[in-house]
Amino acid sequence: MAILVGENTRLLVQGLGRDGSFQANRTREYGTNMVAAVHPGRDGQKFEDEVPYFSTVAKAVEETGANTGVIFVPAPFAMDAIIEQVDAGLELVVCITEGVPVLDMVKVMAYIKDKPTRLIGSNCPGVLSPASKAKVGIVPGNIVQPGNVGVVSRSGTLTYEAIAQLVQHGMGQSTCVGIGGDPVHGTTFTDVLELFQADDETEAIVLIGEIGGIREQLAADYIKEHVTKPVVAAIAGNSAPAGKRMGHAGAIITGKAALASEKNKALEAAGVHVVESPALIGAKMKEVLG
Amino acid sequence: MNIHEYQAKAILDKFGVPTPKAEVASTAAEAKEIALRIGGRVVVKAQVHAGGRGKVGGVKLVNSPEEAEEVAASLLGTRLVTNQTGASGVPVEKVMIAETLDIKDELYISIVIDGVIGAPLVMASTEGGMDIEEVAESTPEKIFRVAGDPLIGLTTYHARDIALALGVPAKSVRATTKLITDLYNVFVENDCSLVEINPLVITEDDQVFALDAKINIEDDALFRHPDLAALRDPNQQDPLEQRADKADLAYVKLEGGRVGCMVNGAGLAMATMDITKAAGADPANFLDIGGSADQARIEEAFKIIIADDDVEIILVNLFAGIARSDIVAQGIVAAAKETNASVPMVVAMRGTNAEEGIKILADSGLNIIGAPDLAGAAEVLKAKLLELGESN
Repeated sequence: MAILVGENTRLLVQGLGRDGSFQANRTREYGTNMVAAVHPGRDGQKFEDEVPYFSTVAKAVEETGANTGVIFVPAPFAMDAIIEQVDAGLELVVCITEGVPVLDMVKVMAYIKDKPTRLIGSNCPGVLSPASKAKVGIVPGNIVQPGNVGVVSRSGTLTYEAIAQLVQHGMGQSTCVGIGGDPVHGTTFTDVLELFQADDETEAIVLIGEIGGIREQLAADYIKEHVTKPVVAAIAGNSAPAGKRMGHAGAIITGKAALASEKNKALEAAGVHVVESPALIGAKMKEVLG
Repeated sequence: MNIHEYQAKAILDKFGVPTPKAEVASTAAEAKEIALRIGGRVVVKAQVHAGGRGKVGGVKLVNSPEEAEEVAASLLGTRLVTNQTGASGVPVEKVMIAETLDIKDELYISIVIDGVIGAPLVMASTEGGMDIEEVAESTPEKIFRVAGDPLIGLTTYHARDIALALGVPAKSVRATTKLITDLYNVFVENDCSLVEINPLVITEDDQVFALDAKINIEDDALFRHPDLAALRDPNQQDPLEQRADKADLAYVKLEGGRVGCMVNGAGLAMATMDITKAAGADPANFLDIGGSADQARIEEAFKIIIADDDVEIILVNLFAGIARSDIVAQGIVAAAKETNASVPMVVAMRGTNAEEGIKILADSGLNIIGAPDLAGAAEVLKAKLLELGESN
């Protein structure tokens, strides 16, 4: 089963510049079914001589039956790309683009509120389900392994770190989801926890948070009420000082709740196995699953 | 991006938000002229990107143009050290001379993005002039919150609700309502990440003024505000942070640390700082080299790390997805050789082209100890720190 992406994923890639093309190639090499490429002015051409190009998302969906979109367009155009994909009726839209203005994401979230499309991102590594070779985003395909641990994270490379630790301890993943580091983003920890809880293939969950905001606390509340599967969590930024933005737009301590220690406390109170160091995620999960 | 108070005032003026009469001066003579023009008692305010300036003599009330000149002369050209700056402080290159008002009441108002609501959030309090985080902590009921609508904005009735919650005099409700609406427009139309008026004052004759203004512009939106981007004052930044900005590197200098960190990705960079701390030493910096850094940018990143005199050892943690380990390794080797750097390095390299990267480092003859992963890096670092002994 897995969540969000799987064997039925028919992928549309929007924005095939240097990074978008590189990632589209990695995605195809991995075995994901990429059915359409969207880049204005390339109608009639083919990406890597195989995948048809379209100028608009609507046309691409009509011709290819794409159901999932991934966005690599530059930040100034990301809002437009997300809305275009939502309007074309894609079920899942993943926006990898980093540096999208927050007020653009505010508008996007208001626009899609009552629409059936699910958005992940912006500024995220995307989703990967190893068993079905479905990779939507930039999580490296060579580090994952099929299995039963669901991974959800606000960070990109720290997700890879967690995956590597799981593999090192002999545990594969059902699905890995990077929800992104921006303060306003689509799919949240809570949304993904709900999906993992309902997913037969997922036996346990790794949650990776970081300083800033109160999303980890909301996740803790949800876990307490609704999640029966074991959860191992790590919060990055224990050593970060207040008031300094640590790379991600959302990673800044602006009040007590934003502290790593407060998030750890909330998660522990919800019965989550919180590791004091992000280096111990794999070992802890091994211990929990026995 | 932080901007100066006088720049914030100019934005408020443009949007019709009432502020006290004020002008900015770069010399003591100018300060005197301005004080003369404004007349009466004036306040001289050091223009720096740091709060807490009032407590360290950065804001002074004066009674005459001569005194304004004197105070300006004592501030200009100095560095102000507040509880929000590093030990070296920030330079005072300009002072603002502002009229004084007869104040009846001091209030607080700010606008930020609320990530969970997904909209700008207006926060107001009757406790103006105070440290608002303290108010939020001890008396949260004294903070009144209203979110704007992402598509409609802040309606007038919402702004009036805030004015009423602040208990402003009946005669001031209309002006306060307009001020709040205008502030909201300032926030949205300038892509701000913060608009904070502390205090918002009611004068003895029931007029409303934004007495102090702090405005931050969201970095990610500067591309569509070239006029605002031009307000950047690099001299207010830490020199190494300024250098990192130019190289498009996310770097934050941390006071008193001895372990320089070079990592790709913000989350992994924070995790690397955390294991450094767990290994018994403070990180000297946060540094995310980003996904697609070329060799030149890696070289500059390395040079920035070792330009920090506090750094005694460097921890490199790379998990390359888009980034390429071999390019990172080449950058490190080139920069270390160019600068004759002798600091020991602990290096964990995984992901794309990791083997090539590790080989380049091993063959370089530099003082490098390899580590297999994050946990391994922590152990190696701990052993190496013991070897180095206490911080000097």
